[in-house]
Amino acid sequence: MDNAKIPAKLLKEAVFTFVLSLIVFGPISGLVLTGFTVENKLARPLIIASVVTIGRVLFTLFLETSLGRRLIARMAGTAGSGVTVESGNERFPYAAVAIAFAVGLAFPLMADEYWLGVAILALIYVLLGLGLNIVVGLAGLLDLGFVAFYAVGAYLLALGAQYLGLGFWGALALAPLIAAFCGMVLAFPVLRMHGDYLAIVTLGFGEIIRLVLNNWLDFTGGPNGAAVPAPTFLGLEFTRTARQGGTPFHEFFGISYSADYKFWFIYLVLFLVVAAVIYVVNRLKSMPIGRLWEALREDEIACRSLGVNHVATKLSAFMLGASTGGVAGVFFAVHQGFVNPTSFTFFESALILAIVVLGGLGSTLGVVMAALVLTILPEVLRDFAEYRVLVFGILMVVMMVWRPRGLVRIKRPAFFPSSAPAAVPALAAAEAAQ
Amino acid sequence: MDFYILAQQLVNGITLGSIYGLIAVGYTMVYGVIRMINFAHGDVYMVSAYVAAITLAVLHSFGVDSVPFAIISVLVVTCFITGVYGWTIERVAYRPLRGSTKLAPLISAIGISLMLQSYVQVAQGARDQGVPVLVSGALRLGTDKDFAQITYMQLVILVASFVAMAILTYLISYTTLGRQCRATQQNRHISAVLGVNTDRIISSVFVIGAATAAVGGVLVTFNYGSFNFFIGFVMGIKAFTAAVLGGIGSLPGAILGGLVLGLTEALFAGYVSTDYKDVFAFALLIVILFFRPYGLLGRPEIQKV
Repeated sequence: MDNAKIPAKLLKEAVFTFVLSLIVFGPISGLVLTGFTVENKLARPLIIASVVTIGRVLFTLFLETSLGRRLIARMAGTAGSGVTVESGNERFPYAAVAIAFAVGLAFPLMADEYWLGVAILALIYVLLGLGLNIVVGLAGLLDLGFVAFYAVGAYLLALGAQYLGLGFWGALALAPLIAAFCGMVLAFPVLRMHGDYLAIVTLGFGEIIRLVLNNWLDFTGGPNGAAVPAPTFLGLEFTRTARQGGTPFHEFFGISYSADYKFWFIYLVLFLVVAAVIYVVNRLKSMPIGRLWEALREDEIACRSLGVNHVATKLSAFMLGASTGGVAGVFFAVHQGFVNPTSFTFFESALILAIVVLGGLGSTLGVVMAALVLTILPEVLRDFAEYRVLVFGILMVVMMVWRPRGLVRIKRPAFFPSSAPAAVPALAAAEAAQ
Repeated sequence: MDFYILAQQLVNGITLGSIYGLIAVGYTMVYGVIRMINFAHGDVYMVSAYVAAITLAVLHSFGVDSVPFAIISVLVVTCFITGVYGWTIERVAYRPLRGSTKLAPLISAIGISLMLQSYVQVAQGARDQGVPVLVSGALRLGTDKDFAQITYMQLVILVASFVAMAILTYLISYTTLGRQCRATQQNRHISAVLGVNTDRIISSVFVIGAATAAVGGVLVTFNYGSFNFFIGFVMGIKAFTAAVLGGIGSLPGAILGGLVLGLTEALFAGYVSTDYKDVFAFALLIVILFFRPYGLLGRPEIQKV
């Protein structure tokens, strides 16, 4: 741009931004309703508007520098493709994975009760994030009612125990099947249609489930919730004294009683399930079904013209995601010992979506990291709890504008015939050139 | 008597339905021009309810007592401010994403929705807010025991929605802006080639949609008197249901869909269960999408490659 024009342009832009943000922020944050009158806090919008204007001006100035121009060029170049194709020569990081696994297993020995609780919650969100990642990240289907499957899993254990005598292990085995069935019933009619409709239908479905749980007092206990039985290990209970005819865990092994054993047990089972899900998802990604998901996400019309059964492919992703959500629900219920509908609001769905989006749509590592950060950070920053949702919202918008493919760059495994290793570099070079 | 109950539910249904229609306009017009569901639209409606209450309180503190003047000036101010919200949201969260992945604008819209809810909650507090009753009294039909009534406020709602819809129809059918909107809706690229400033048209559509939702927000606020930062969520889904019911992308469809949804919901609430009336609306959405995804007045969308 012509350098002489910059000051005039900046001034115009600054005045415009300032007036606009005054109009936007003025009434809501400047005049607080108290009863039928308003309380004058007009200094707040002035401060916000000034901050926004200064930010805007600095940003424009930054874009005029050489660094900013390079940034613009890079954004323009890589906005479309954020996927790196592996060359086929990468080694699997066995050491790092083994260390992470060992640290994860040993975590209960190091943590106190509070942090163990946080870790269990974080792992539940990892599981939810992994489930939603299959649906949103890999298959590109926006599911805004993921919390419904989470609720199905949690209430399966609570109500199953109440009416059918179902235990933790039974629920853990049944939850994926029932959640997947719910997913199928919901998604089958919708998957044939425009992708946006799926988002709103799942949103509606999530609300239906919550409203039914809330209003069906006789069956679910309504807003009062339902109690969840404690887990057992090979029939051994984690209480101080067992029910009639049983032996508590600590007596059976001849160790002293501690209330933490139950959480150790939940943590370890959960950790193994998360590890298994990560393994399965990683295998699925390189199997034909996983590659079909990603292909459908990128271009549905092209896939269908090549004969891909898009409904079956999407349905498989949706059901797998739902069943992971169901499993997470069982762990949530057993950890809390109590479920009620307030745990399954739309905000929960949005939080899981934020995890997937921030982690990078489709990246397993990114999802795990984002889930850990988004659940542990609020524990650390309790004073700012009020602003948590606001920050999530801003992060979602900024991420979409800045890096719609997420923070972690997605790597896609390359495939080569194993009988002709000599062809590997040539093929890799050809793929990289594309 | 049954007749009066039915008549009462019909009156309630039509009033509710015209509000749904007003909010559905925003969904349907935005979908028409950029093929995107604006998830933040329900929260724009919520913001308009707050702006309306604040404007009313400010007017009151200046000693304005004339009710018609108060209603009209609240409508004008709220439409303006909410329109600015619509413009800003489009500019900040959607315009940079043109040509990005299919999922990006949807997620960005959810981000905006969370932001608006949380912003209002932080700035105004989480408690329910209210406005004083401006218009009281009702027209009654029937005896003292069995009667159907239409409150004066409901009459105001019907008149105001009708006027808003008439202005909107005029704007879309007879003005240059409307013609350009329709052209952009049919084919954005060709319109741009023919000299339509499509970015400006898309912005205008967001402003029009937000302002129409603001009319709905003002009317609902004056009618029910109470609101909180979360009302946009359910209203958003319902108005979207109305838009889909009528055929998304079609303006008369949005109004018709709103009326149909309002009537069926009122009848369901009156005869079956009030606890499950939201469930009914959401289930209706799923059923429509299954049997007639292009709605009552829409046309099946043909995908071209």
